[in-house]
Amino acid sequence: MTTTEVPTAGGSPEPVPTSAAGNPIGFGRMLRKEDARFLRGQGHYVDDVNLPGMLHGAVLRSSYAHARINAIDTSAAEAHPRVKAVITGKTLESLNLAWMPTLSGDVQSVLATDKVRFQGQEVAFVVADDEYAARDALELIEVDYEPLPAVVDARRALDPDAALVRDEVEGRTDNKIYDWEAGDAAACDEVFAKADVVVTEDMLYPRVHPAPMETCGAVAHMDKVTGKLTIWTTTQAPHAHRTLYAIVAGLPEHKIQVISPDIGGGFGNKVGIYPGYVCAIVGSIVTGAPVKWVEDRSENLMSTSFARDYHMKGSIAATRDGRILGLQVDVLADHGAFNGVAQPTKFPAGFFHIFTGSYDYPAAHCKVTAVYTNKAPGGVAYACSFRITEAVYLVERMVDCLAFELKMDPAELRMKNLLRPEQFPYTTPTGWEYDSGNYPRALEESMRIAGYEELRAEQAARRADPAGKPLMGIGISFFTEGVGAGPRKHMDILGLGMADGCELRLHPTGKAQLRLSVQTQGQGHETTFAQIVSHVLGIPPEDIEVLHGDTDNTPFGLGTYGSRSTPVSGAAAAVAAQRVRDKARVIAATALECSPDDLEWEHGRWRVKGDPEQGKTIQEIAFAAHGSLELPEGVEGHLDASVVYDPPNLTYPFGAYICVVDVDPDTGEVKVRRFVAVDDCGPRINPMVVEGQVHGGLADGLGMALMEVIAFDEDGNNLGGSFMDYLLPTSMECPSWELGQTVTPSPHHPIGTKGVGESATVGSPAAVVNAVLDALQIRAADMPFTPAAVWRALQGRPLRTDLAIE
Amino acid sequence: MQVPAPFDYRRAHSLDEAVALLERHGPDARLLAGGHSLLPMMKLRLARPETLVDINDLTELDYVRLDGDEIAIGALTRHATVLASALLAEHYPIFAEAEAVIADPLVRNRGTVGGSLCQADPAEDLSGVFAALRGRAVVHSSAENRSVALREFHRGPYETAVGDGEILVELRVPVRPGAGSAYEKVERRAGDWAVAAAGAFVQLRDGVVADVGIGLSAVGADHFTCPEAEDALRGQEPTAARIAEAAAICRDRCEPTADQRGPVDFKRHLAEVLVTRALTRASRRAGGAEA
Repeated sequence: MTTTEVPTAGGSPEPVPTSAAGNPIGFGRMLRKEDARFLRGQGHYVDDVNLPGMLHGAVLRSSYAHARINAIDTSAAEAHPRVKAVITGKTLESLNLAWMPTLSGDVQSVLATDKVRFQGQEVAFVVADDEYAARDALELIEVDYEPLPAVVDARRALDPDAALVRDEVEGRTDNKIYDWEAGDAAACDEVFAKADVVVTEDMLYPRVHPAPMETCGAVAHMDKVTGKLTIWTTTQAPHAHRTLYAIVAGLPEHKIQVISPDIGGGFGNKVGIYPGYVCAIVGSIVTGAPVKWVEDRSENLMSTSFARDYHMKGSIAATRDGRILGLQVDVLADHGAFNGVAQPTKFPAGFFHIFTGSYDYPAAHCKVTAVYTNKAPGGVAYACSFRITEAVYLVERMVDCLAFELKMDPAELRMKNLLRPEQFPYTTPTGWEYDSGNYPRALEESMRIAGYEELRAEQAARRADPAGKPLMGIGISFFTEGVGAGPRKHMDILGLGMADGCELRLHPTGKAQLRLSVQTQGQGHETTFAQIVSHVLGIPPEDIEVLHGDTDNTPFGLGTYGSRSTPVSGAAAAVAAQRVRDKARVIAATALECSPDDLEWEHGRWRVKGDPEQGKTIQEIAFAAHGSLELPEGVEGHLDASVVYDPPNLTYPFGAYICVVDVDPDTGEVKVRRFVAVDDCGPRINPMVVEGQVHGGLADGLGMALMEVIAFDEDGNNLGGSFMDYLLPTSMECPSWELGQTVTPSPHHPIGTKGVGESATVGSPAAVVNAVLDALQIRAADMPFTPAAVWRALQGRPLRTDLAIE
Repeated sequence: MQVPAPFDYRRAHSLDEAVALLERHGPDARLLAGGHSLLPMMKLRLARPETLVDINDLTELDYVRLDGDEIAIGALTRHATVLASALLAEHYPIFAEAEAVIADPLVRNRGTVGGSLCQADPAEDLSGVFAALRGRAVVHSSAENRSVALREFHRGPYETAVGDGEILVELRVPVRPGAGSAYEKVERRAGDWAVAAAGAFVQLRDGVVADVGIGLSAVGADHFTCPEAEDALRGQEPTAARIAEAAAICRDRCEPTADQRGPVDFKRHLAEVLVTRALTRASRRAGGAEA
């Protein structure tokens, strides 16, 4: 994958001075500071943690999707000479830990006691001298299962004769988790009754998996002398985990240290707490030794947080000339065996009700029904921005369905309905306040880069030839993201408000340390956050050390997911740097024996107005702040700041994507010929890092559109449990991405930036799917478009992509 | 981490030693060549050999050479060597076309021809190639070297003619002057097993098909081939209609099973499409129209 450099619209950033190391003092391209260790193989991941006397854990998992447990015999495993402990649900019941709270107000089993509810569910935990013995001992555990009928197809989960997944809950008679709605149903009915055209379509956003390179794991060490629990673990939210361990296990929070070292990809997979983490802690408590547990690839794919699994029926209403009037959608959400969705408490369907998208129309309504099935729990992961992925897919598919019915160019239809720049800030029919945007400019820019008119002309010429193969398709997707949760008064997870702390400390020599509450999983925080401070204070980024991922040494905050690092923690870092700069002004004025009002800021230095030779650099001021200079009353020494940033609103990045595919109708093979992605995330702190994020997200989107899916057979067997079965795209499937940008700052963010980490994952699947369907000249069929799915769609007999192929 | 069940490991330094080790450790011993099929299966504990006999030191089994009127390929020859072989490219482009779509470079650097054939996965590309070319396998034991036709080599999914105490040591393919060959595969993603694949060679005499071989992978074709389709084409001009007829026979005779790569109707359809394409290109090459 390479990037084709294309000219950009919306202005280039101001050039900034360069440091001695050749880095921009502020925003701009620079190599990632963390790559110095990653490229040398010197990263330090959870599995690299090795402590003296450390033991190894392994999880026995259910081979059944749904079965009653009659008995578990662990005696043979316990007799294994290298086994130290075997823990079952019964052991955990005695500690009141057999069940733990989920992030959505439900409970989930840590180790199964009564039943297993999905294939791969945790049943027992073995602690042994080494990982080989632990695995061998798993085979010595005998579980007496009584198989039960499995609830596999979400569309039948509410049938009267469906098996009951959660029969342990008193009085429960069906598999419904909740009904939830947003928007105005009556307004929709009115608009739909009067509309010239109404198009209704079913679509499935199938179950997919974030599949990070590094699987999940933990090393737990309970020090019996100090009573301190230290846990090195794969988490995107170390502080939230610490609080949850305190609540779940009843351990004192000040005696818990969560360390999240280098993390090999998260994508939402590492937000929640998994049974394996809890078992490692219990294993350490039981044995008195540190216990390491790292899951394997199949365990990761089969048991940890999946994504999507939304069965949607959308209806769009419009005038004959293509003005959209309203959109409504019914969703059947498959949440698996436990409602373990990780999202803000007041939003049971996440931010799905942002589904009105980027368009101007008055009426919208959605209804979401969530059900239990015999599948793994989870549901908000894979760079989805709390289900905006599903929302964007829905609206962008529905707009294409409308264009299909109206026989109208989908670009023209979008341009006709996009929100206009003067409408911002814009409150959507379902209550979101979009902060800023210039949507038509972004769509125009993508069409310019793609050469849209020429592409349509080529397509028309090819279609004129009846033998013309391959079939050419052009797909567009326009997305509006909403990222940077809180505000805390609206958004919390298990009662923890979604604000983030940040501490900036300048040392006497002017070097700085920045302590973050968020946690990088590969996004490049150690570089971009240094650049944020550099931008405000004029300190070279190489002089700023970014510390994160250790709850004993960083301030509290909710962590990195939902593209919230830059909108929330980035703002905290900018405000902290601004406070340091303000304090530096007072100290500089004292040193220069003038009034602070007489000083003006030039990058990295306070200088006297009208006498620019007189001034103090930020480094000189840092030394003075720690020195013998007598400071004015009320000004403490040292140069640091501590901030808790509560965002006033989400930031709303957006973008316009165009995908061109060639489809072989005889084999069903899809080749993505081109992909143009114009993203607007406000000013770019490090354009290289942004482009890297976009590249990754585009590959994700292409993968979901063409190959990624976790399907289940009728017995509930997981058909995506390895990388031979769960296909991730490779460079062979990815075109050379063509990126562009427009720049619309957020008016409420201190440095105008918006999140971007998930934009491409959110925006790109619909573009690929729209392109494939445009090639086939079919209104609808479900992804992933494997060769079989494409061919069957052409036959008029589309596959049910979430079930076993028969 | 996925770890295999306990096993013993022996490294053979000669063919005789390898056979002796197999004889000593009995039917629960398995040969380790490239390891790219066996080791993943062991880590998943789907395969549980008690002893691994590592034959990677037997470099005398790593060659591609002309031997009289046959091309001989050592069983320990890596996929990458086959892919790059000028000798095979000269006589049978079907090899490079198949190898280019087998797994990925890392696997091709390590995986071996013999290992692929002995793994006997129903979707193995090289099984289809050798079946198309009517190659022969040389199987060695302490008692004898015996030659088995590739079309009798596979006894079912993951089962071959190689018995206890035996080692596949060589594959042999007859040189067919002027023959054209080609390979076609549809996969869900680069490196995936085939949804369906077809290979063919065609030899022409006076514009008529003098000899033809068809190989089919992943579609449940008996012994990875379809002799009835070959018979239908032999002695005919390789016209589009004749090729279509042969391809339709393949479609009807194969017995694919449905899995997540596709339903039965699609795989049958692909068998027809890919046989058509492979025969068409092989015929053109035989005719000299395509390089």
